[in-house]
Amino acid sequence: MNVIFDNIDTFLRGFGGTLTLLGLTTLFALPFGLLLAAMRVSPVASLRATSTVYVEVLRNTPLLLVFTFFSVIITYISGALPFQVAAVLALTIYTAPFFAEAIRSGINGVPVGQAEAARSIGMTFGQTLGLVILPQAVRSVVPPLINVIIALTKNTSVAGAFFIFELFNVGREVANANGNAVVAVFLGVAFFYLIITVPLGQLADHIERRVAVRR
Amino acid sequence: MTSVLYDVPGPRARRRSRILSVVTGLVVAGVLAFAIVQLAQAGQLDAERWLIFNDPLIWQALLRGLWIVVQSAITAAALAILLGVVFALLRQSELRVVRVPTTVVLEFFRGMPVLLMMLFIYLMFPIGAYWSVVAALTVYNGAIIGEALRSGMLALPKGQREAGLAIGLRPLQNRLLIEFPQAFRNMLPIIVAQLVVLIKDTALGTVVGQVGLVKEGELLAEYLGRSTYYFPLFVVMVTMYLLLNLAVSTLARFLARRRNQSGTATAAPTGGPGGAATVAPLEGGAAVAGAST
Repeated sequence: MNVIFDNIDTFLRGFGGTLTLLGLTTLFALPFGLLLAAMRVSPVASLRATSTVYVEVLRNTPLLLVFTFFSVIITYISGALPFQVAAVLALTIYTAPFFAEAIRSGINGVPVGQAEAARSIGMTFGQTLGLVILPQAVRSVVPPLINVIIALTKNTSVAGAFFIFELFNVGREVANANGNAVVAVFLGVAFFYLIITVPLGQLADHIERRVAVRR
Repeated sequence: MTSVLYDVPGPRARRRSRILSVVTGLVVAGVLAFAIVQLAQAGQLDAERWLIFNDPLIWQALLRGLWIVVQSAITAAALAILLGVVFALLRQSELRVVRVPTTVVLEFFRGMPVLLMMLFIYLMFPIGAYWSVVAALTVYNGAIIGEALRSGMLALPKGQREAGLAIGLRPLQNRLLIEFPQAFRNMLPIIVAQLVVLIKDTALGTVVGQVGLVKEGELLAEYLGRSTYYFPLFVVMVTMYLLLNLAVSTLARFLARRRNQSGTATAAPTGGPGGAATVAPLEGGAAVAGAST
């Protein structure tokens, strides 16, 4: 266990790197996902189609290849991006469809009568969605959104393979330097991931239970 | 799907929708055109860069990579489902000494990146890159499938368990013979969807050891010249993964639909909020459309 305390500075900086990626990506991907979800349920066929194709393609592409594109391939097309920008861009583009699907399932979960009532008093699509459906969907949408954020936390580790200083990279470097303490390093890195993901998971469970009781 | 959100469009709404459609079309076309111009300016679309795919040796290497992906995904999927069943049973054991440690272990496996697990299995056990990837995928997805099966069992009507115990089945017998088959059937769409995640994660084998489709692609790019041939190889690799995953995703959707149909027939759809909800708006939408025409 000494290996962790000896390198605690490195671990904490890596933890900071992971949190930065997590924060920036959530900041950009959440609004993007909301836009995709709104397009997905809109009356305009071409908006629906665009969103559907984007979501389906990105959800079925490995994150590693998305990273390969923005960190490596793009160098041969329009010039290199800074690594941090490339990482946040790749994570945002990959995560937004998952946010969109979580939001869409929340929209679908609102009882049909709510939309019918809103429609029958003459509200437009935008009013129905913005004033009636989304405020109710938010409640049931929060647990799946948290689950996407948990998945995102774990996905930030891929950035470590693309020149970003974060937890996975710290683990790899420290393990390489301390070949005799690999297990301790592994448990140390896992610990830092778990103090993000486990509380988030419990929060999601808690909210899910509360919403279930109220419905 | 959610046509209840808006009326069947009248002439004005149709016109507006057409205008918006044209605008969207233009934006999408603009983005695509920009991408194509960028690619063409960089010379990435030059014919000779793509002629490498006339060479059967290139395909041989890529298909060898794809085969490793398929092979490791099938192995890990089979093992992960088995492990998931074991996890689900242990997690619901009557004995505290079994239940509590299993919960802790499951949280541990679910809460960390699968990439981290791959790397450290590779460093800790002398089983080589391929089996490290398979082992990490098995443990990680086994934990997730285990949780899905458990929530499937919890969602079953209580009578299923009570009736089984009442006719004298032992608790484990009851779990295996009565509850597990129903939970597995109900959770099948979620499990198949998880398999898509598993297939995608095989790509991470490139980071840890030197295995898989992406590694084959990288080696080819290295050998042929990265700046010239990496992009064409990348396009082919993405397409291969996409086709594989879309096939499995389509299967997942088909299973979900079938479950929904049988679910409404037997009146008690269990499982997540998406399951029951996707059926209801369809009926409501049809009713609204019928009323307004």
